[in-house]
Amino acid sequence: MIYQGKQKIWSEYQKEIPDDHWFYVRSCIRQSFFPGAEKHFLKITRDLLGKDIYETEHHTTCGGIAYHCDTIPQETAMTIVARQFALMTEAGYENLVASCITSFGNYCETIETWREFPELEARIREHLWKACRREFKVPKYVAHASDLIYKFRGEIAEKAKFHLVNKATGEPLRIVEHIGCHYSKMFPHKGVGGAEYPCVLSGMAEAWGGEVIDYPERRHCCGFGFRQYLVRANRGYSMSNTHKKFESMEPYHPDVIITNCPGCPFFLDRWQYVISETEGKTYGQNGYGIPVLTYEELAGLVLGYDPWDLGLQMHQVAVEPLLDKMGVPYEPSKKYLGLDEKEIMKPGLPTVLKCC
Amino acid sequence: MDFGFSLSPSSAVNLDRTDMSLYEMLCDREPTARTCIGCGSCSATCTASAISGMSVRKVLLGIQRGQYREVEKMLSHCMLCGKCTMVCPRGVNTRHLILELCRLYGNSEGEL
Repeated sequence: MIYQGKQKIWSEYQKEIPDDHWFYVRSCIRQSFFPGAEKHFLKITRDLLGKDIYETEHHTTCGGIAYHCDTIPQETAMTIVARQFALMTEAGYENLVASCITSFGNYCETIETWREFPELEARIREHLWKACRREFKVPKYVAHASDLIYKFRGEIAEKAKFHLVNKATGEPLRIVEHIGCHYSKMFPHKGVGGAEYPCVLSGMAEAWGGEVIDYPERRHCCGFGFRQYLVRANRGYSMSNTHKKFESMEPYHPDVIITNCPGCPFFLDRWQYVISETEGKTYGQNGYGIPVLTYEELAGLVLGYDPWDLGLQMHQVAVEPLLDKMGVPYEPSKKYLGLDEKEIMKPGLPTVLKCC
Repeated sequence: MDFGFSLSPSSAVNLDRTDMSLYEMLCDREPTARTCIGCGSCSATCTASAISGMSVRKVLLGIQRGQYREVEKMLSHCMLCGKCTMVCPRGVNTRHLILELCRLYGNSEGEL
């Protein structure tokens, strides 16, 4: 009876995720930060799992980055969102999947605001018609791309070539999962597990053999905070947030951090370099940092894709210690070779943080 | 390396690393300090509170958290009127507590 009761409560934290036919909208910044992530999301869902994921070259930013930086008003952001919905409607889709957590939050915020204030939706429809002669239907479902990978985590586990297990010891890898604030802190019922128990990433990590670490600052922000980083005078706050998280997770000796937001992996990755240069401190083993991966990159590693095709050489913190633990083969000499075997530029080495 | 910004000082209180010696010395001199329940009646009735931020509740909390500089600043605003002593539901001798705390801070006359 008790188990059924718990199951009943847990069912209220679940989210309905349609199986197929999605209109995909990319992030503004992920392709320059971690260029392999979105490509491999499509590779996994379309090629490996055979799903219908449609994207159009006509889609733009969702406006979320400018909206959260206070540089555009909400109505402008909503009109941009309405245009994305119009593109989806024109393509004949009803389910929208966003690559970016802030876009996901922005779409949810727009739809919820229109539900509360229908007169605002009417005004935005008018703005959109005047601006580009387009009309739209509100999506039936809005999901984040990590929701889809979470939904298909079992199928990915079945096809896995490597697991999140330390090959040398046989122990599960210790995973820190970090969920973007805009995933479920704004609208708890829109995220798997709600704001209290978001399990979209921990579900993946456990399905692929890892062990999730529960540390005190687990739900603390990564520190991006838009204006906190973009205004140079505020960057100390941004880094202090990240520092707080690292100090909190350090005693648990994590092997890898996984994230589902564009900003989080960037800041958790890059701030490790800045902290090492300013404070002389590193958080990984033997002077290395803790590798920070997106969920698509981790899924790609589990499925056996080449680490350099996944774009893991674009990370500040070296990923080789993780690859060694998982037993993923890699060619060090090919790390900075492009698709045509031509050398792409090699970064300079940090003075404190050890890189391969 | 200078990036033009640095870590902000943390406001976190780590109770495992806090020096409680001042609090213990205070309790030896004014044992009723241990009976405080932090209700804030003292702060609510404090004449100096509204204009200076003085709060006996915060003073006691501060010395239990090792925030000595903030406590010293608040103590300097106390007028020793004793209204807080009159309203305390636990009978804490707050006026004497403040005087003893001032002595512990190094002023044997009990004046600030």
